[in-house]
Amino acid sequence: MSPRARLLLFLVSAAVIGVYFTLSCRELPSFGGASHPYGERAVAAALAHRTANVVSSVNFDLRAFDTLGEESILFCTVLGATLLLRLARDERQHAAASEAVLPTTRLLGAVLLPVTVVVGVYIVAHGQLSPGGGFQGGVVLATALHLGYVAADYRVLERLRPLVVLDIADSLAAASFTAMGVAGLAAGGAFLKNVLPLGTFNKITSGGMVPLFNAAVGVEVASGVIVLLAHFLDQAVEVTGTGTQEEEA
Amino acid sequence: MGVWPYLAAGWILLVALYGLVTSRNLIHAIGCLAVAQSSTYVLLLAVGYRDHSTAPVFSDLRPGSRPVVDPIVQALALTDIVVGATVTALLLALTIQLRKRHGTVDPESLTALRG
Repeated sequence: MSPRARLLLFLVSAAVIGVYFTLSCRELPSFGGASHPYGERAVAAALAHRTANVVSSVNFDLRAFDTLGEESILFCTVLGATLLLRLARDERQHAAASEAVLPTTRLLGAVLLPVTVVVGVYIVAHGQLSPGGGFQGGVVLATALHLGYVAADYRVLERLRPLVVLDIADSLAAASFTAMGVAGLAAGGAFLKNVLPLGTFNKITSGGMVPLFNAAVGVEVASGVIVLLAHFLDQAVEVTGTGTQEEEA
Repeated sequence: MGVWPYLAAGWILLVALYGLVTSRNLIHAIGCLAVAQSSTYVLLLAVGYRDHSTAPVFSDLRPGSRPVVDPIVQALALTDIVVGATVTALLLALTIQLRKRHGTVDPESLTALRG
């Protein structure tokens, strides 16, 4: 199809989508309205299970099964990227060169790296109390490690991330989510049911299984993101092809 | 504000689709897909918004003292973000391989199967 015909086709379809979308928006409940029946039930359910952060309660208690699927998507992506970006027969891996870094950058990285790790762990651990949780904290943890790359060089980052350990941690965390679901099945009669003591509201032990699910997801997201980024960074830094498409390398 | 937040979401989606249709670079197309996905965040959060309310976190808020925004759509937006990030990662990995094997990232010049 020529670009012109494609653009024309798009404009016609966009007009149709636009008209129908606008018409359906007029039927939606008005923006900012007070009626949120699902939201109110979710808040009541979260308070009944003594989880202060309702979003965490929705993700790891009410919709835990969906989160299991979401976690599996993440796991499969790491697997898929590992497969797609593996070393081909005509490619070679060589050690990255050491680079000079400004002393101030190095100092800032050295100071911020431990702070960021602590913040990441805090966000994962307090997922049931304050905004945050396994997904957000996991990303912060993964980011923390890459401060090593920014502040020093790729060789330091490689020492900071034992990829084999992280691969195993990723799989174990994904498996532990299911294992906890099966534990719920054994103890309470339903998959992923909240069976642990609920604890005191607004304490770090509150929410029953929510903190455990948060921790599992935190480990999985952190290790998954690090492994994922490792494969992309390897492509840019360490892998060179011997094939024909190497003109700009 | 009426229906404007919902319409903004639709507008973002259409702009992103325009970018996808006219894209001559796969990296650009993946960026457009990410923009299309962000329209769903806008829509979800617009559905969940409630006037004069605060975040659905009760660590420093007495339950029942203030209305809170809809936590369900916030959780859905979180799922959305994770799925979006993973899809982007996989597509970028595919693009890297395409570039290596075919020497181009222009979808127009990808005409034949190879390898």
